[in-house]
Amino acid sequence: MKRLNTEFAVGLFVLAGILCLGYLSIKLGRMEILGGKGYEVYAIFSNTGGIKTGSAVVLAGVEIGRVKSVSLENYQAKITLTLQPEVKIQEDAVATIKTRGLVGEKYIEIIPGGSNEYVPPGGRIRETQPPVDLEDLISKILFEKI
Amino acid sequence: MNWISQIGVITLFSIERIGRMGLFLVRAFLCAITPPFKSSWMLKQVWFIGSQSTLVIFLTGAFSGMVLGLQGFYTLNRFGSVALLGPMVALSLIKELGPVLSALMVTGRAGSAITAEIGIMRTTEQIDAIELMGLNPFRYLIVPKLIAGIIALPLLTAIFDVVGIFGGYLIGGKLLGVGEGTYFGEMAAYVRIQDILEGIYKSLSFGILMTWVCCYKGYYAGFGAEGVSKATTQAVVLSSVLILFWDYIMTSLLF
Repeated sequence: MKRLNTEFAVGLFVLAGILCLGYLSIKLGRMEILGGKGYEVYAIFSNTGGIKTGSAVVLAGVEIGRVKSVSLENYQAKITLTLQPEVKIQEDAVATIKTRGLVGEKYIEIIPGGSNEYVPPGGRIRETQPPVDLEDLISKILFEKI
Repeated sequence: MNWISQIGVITLFSIERIGRMGLFLVRAFLCAITPPFKSSWMLKQVWFIGSQSTLVIFLTGAFSGMVLGLQGFYTLNRFGSVALLGPMVALSLIKELGPVLSALMVTGRAGSAITAEIGIMRTTEQIDAIELMGLNPFRYLIVPKLIAGIIALPLLTAIFDVVGIFGGYLIGGKLLGVGEGTYFGEMAAYVRIQDILEGIYKSLSFGILMTWVCCYKGYYAGFGAEGVSKATTQAVVLSSVLILFWDYIMTSLLF
């Protein structure tokens, strides 16, 4: 009975620990257990403005995917996105980089287009818009008096 | 001329100590990866280091999270960014407080007991008896504790983190009025998988560090009750200091 108690306590402890680890990594760390779900598209930006791997991709405020990778291509930023398979992006949709709040984290907003053609998996979103540089804006207001 | 040789003596002595500690760990790991494995001894140690520590980890986690919620709320309130309370609590717990505090608590609770146990076995010549029987004392005494430390500490840290996050929500959300969606939503937006991995790596290394120092101090304990008490004190102090030191090194490396 003593040994059984020990085993039960250890089992309970390990189970509780693994549950907590799972909660942390799946709920908070957004680890994808089923990798490869969804399809990839990419977009070329003149400036990432601080987008990182794992940043959110939203359409009309609803999260539809994540940033898979950020790399440099031909002196421009190539951002690869993983999108949910049921979400189709029109070929003339615009990808813009936005900031949540004034100093919040960066995310990519997709503004849908009107075309009948969709961006295929592995395709490119051609229309992009770099993030608004807050410092540029402030200096414009201060010194150029628009 | 005398003081120069004094420096030499101290240097040689320290190098010998460090080398002996290093060899101790190497020998323990060599025994850990080669059969025969003593799984039932390991189970008992996981029970002792892990399951038995759950309550104290639960309590420290809850209160750390609650005080973080309280302090964070008042600090962030000055800047009008109370919405970031969730990320603040979660990141400080996951990256720093969780691994370090749970390692320190486990050192105080289980580490001291490990040193005392092995130290008493040493002074009462039980370890010599095991050796005389042709058995390897490392397999029975050190390896199960080392493996148990590696298994138990990350799990305890995860429990600490989760309990702390909910403790922070209890104070920040229920008492001070940060919305549930804000608290947990912002948390999910800011915590990355790398942060969680950093916490796990830290707690893994603390698990090794704590059991290593405590087993070593017990294994080479001095003679008699005084020797054991001295070894226990040294073990707790040394592993606590090493945990904080190593935490700094790991943070600067992993950042």
